[in-house]
Amino acid sequence: MSTATEPPSGTAPAAKRGGRLAPVTHAFESVTRLLPTWAWGVFWMLVAILYGLYGDTFNDSLYESTIQTLAYVMMALGLNIVVGFAGLLDLGYVAFFAIGAFVSGWFMSGFYANSNIHILVSDQTKQLPGIHINFFFVICIAAAFTAMWGAILGAPTLRLRGDYLAIVTLAFGEIVPRVFELSTSGPFGIGNLDISNGRQGITPVDKPYFPVPGLDNITRIDITPFYFIALGMMLVVLFVNVRLRDSRLGRAWIAVREDEVAAAAMGVHLVRVKLWAYAIGASIGGFAGVFLGVFQNTINVDQFEFGFSVFILCMIILGGMGNLAGVILGAVALSMINRFLLPELNGVPEKFGLNFDVTAISFGIFGFLLLVMMVLRPEGFIPNRRRKIELHEDEFDDTLISVKSP
Amino acid sequence: MSSNGANVLEATGVTKRFGGLVAVNDVDFNVPERAIVAIIGPNGAGKTTFFNCMTGLYKPTTGTVMFNGRDITAKAPHIVTQAGVARTFQNIKLFKTMTVLENVQVGRHSRMKARITGSIIRTPFVRREERETEEHAADLLRLVGIPRRHHDLAASLPYGDQRRLEIARALASDPKLLLLDEPTAGMNPQESDQLRELMEKLRTERGISILLIEHDMKVVMNVSDHITVLDGGEKIAAGSPQEVRANPRVIEAYLGSQA
Repeated sequence: MSTATEPPSGTAPAAKRGGRLAPVTHAFESVTRLLPTWAWGVFWMLVAILYGLYGDTFNDSLYESTIQTLAYVMMALGLNIVVGFAGLLDLGYVAFFAIGAFVSGWFMSGFYANSNIHILVSDQTKQLPGIHINFFFVICIAAAFTAMWGAILGAPTLRLRGDYLAIVTLAFGEIVPRVFELSTSGPFGIGNLDISNGRQGITPVDKPYFPVPGLDNITRIDITPFYFIALGMMLVVLFVNVRLRDSRLGRAWIAVREDEVAAAAMGVHLVRVKLWAYAIGASIGGFAGVFLGVFQNTINVDQFEFGFSVFILCMIILGGMGNLAGVILGAVALSMINRFLLPELNGVPEKFGLNFDVTAISFGIFGFLLLVMMVLRPEGFIPNRRRKIELHEDEFDDTLISVKSP
Repeated sequence: MSSNGANVLEATGVTKRFGGLVAVNDVDFNVPERAIVAIIGPNGAGKTTFFNCMTGLYKPTTGTVMFNGRDITAKAPHIVTQAGVARTFQNIKLFKTMTVLENVQVGRHSRMKARITGSIIRTPFVRREERETEEHAADLLRLVGIPRRHHDLAASLPYGDQRRLEIARALASDPKLLLLDEPTAGMNPQESDQLRELMEKLRTERGISILLIEHDMKVVMNVSDHITVLDGGEKIAAGSPQEVRANPRVIEAYLGSQA
């Protein structure tokens, strides 16, 4: 038998199937190669900062939905750890959005009017009853709290794979919001503490406050500070993603995704590694959940529906599972389509004599987009893994040949 | 204990049943220090099942497995690896979307200490550990005979290189005992020879004991100190290559057509 039992097909499986969209990929790659990675980082940061400073003067609603998009990007990056890195299909990610948002409701509103706790809040807020803790503490509390719940909800699923895992996580995504909805007298009817105010939800929620003298208070009218807080949080999440991806744990996640048996034989503690994926993914969901709760100024169980989990999952799949740039692109694209394109199309069915709103079938449309994507380019807009190899192409000439051939 | 130069691995009375099927039946088996031993047998003889019982992938129905004086019977695979047993797989199980180098880096997992916060902040310790792991991985790849293409996807390597990559990945955990499941399958005679040299080198230079399952009789007879023959889940013969070759039961069960 010769070495060439199997043709050394150098192309990543992803690149092979890129088929019909190959010209797009090529155009994209030649643009990408104009600047080195760090320069692109600086470029996008400048764009983000300039937009943050001046964006609201051009288009208010675009600016507002950009802030929301940043929160979605965080969520997508968090779910990407679970689904993209560790390969655990999670259909109940909304649970962690809910838990995070309710943490902000508990600790940043007048909901618990009998308590009087104020930690580093504005003088104005100090007059109000309830628990009022500074936003920046609450995001840390929420991240830790949701991480714990991520591990707790993840634990029963550890032995499951594929479809079964999806079904169980789906159930958790349904259970958690219902628990909040029905727990107006103690969670699961234990005790009599109201944790959610039922269907009314918790509102209003405190604004973020920088306990720095001389700095203007954040108002709800000027939302610029929200933009920069979201941008900062998003960068933290991105940073954590990048660092973990290139770490011992990140490699273990990918190994587990590829082949659990081989990963275990390499000394990877499957239980621990999977639970960390759930916990970190969840904690990012909670982190972003606090922001969304505060930004929307209300925490209401209606926000936490199954569709949201699917919405975030679609972002990852469309963008390119496991690739951070792809995930961000997918999140931005879907969130903008959802906010602007679909309402634009609202009049279209009427012209054909049909009587429904496009926004009402938005998930049908996302499903269709997903289907188109699966046919044309199953690996997502920006496929995973190629970038890293490209970075080394000058050191390893043969890599060029083996990876680039379309 | 290993300190008195006895056995690295001692398996006693290992039996594995799958429902009514007895895949491995009451097998005693030892691997001495710095030895290269082989398990042979016709297809379905229970060789791989036995391997899986050694490495924690299967829990033996009865019997014990001692490694370096420590009971590793039915311990989880990552604990067995941590203890110093590494393996390759009969049907290659590489991490296909990872690069060649990354595959070996994963193999180092059990010897690395980086934790999550350290990895996020990238402390000096984590940096050093990452750098050392990368250098170590590159060294191992050169040792097994993959001097180039370290940043290619593992799946893109030729078949023989994939087998060698599996060995490098297993070696990354600094094992005392290396289990190779049909390492020369799909290799040409020249590559098989190189692999034999590699096994000798690992034994003499690194003091690693090797247990291999192999169908290539030329490799088995040349490289092994000791051969155990399984048939139908039972140990039918054991001894030096010459003894096994001359054993009538072995000839009947396995070598019959070739002898």
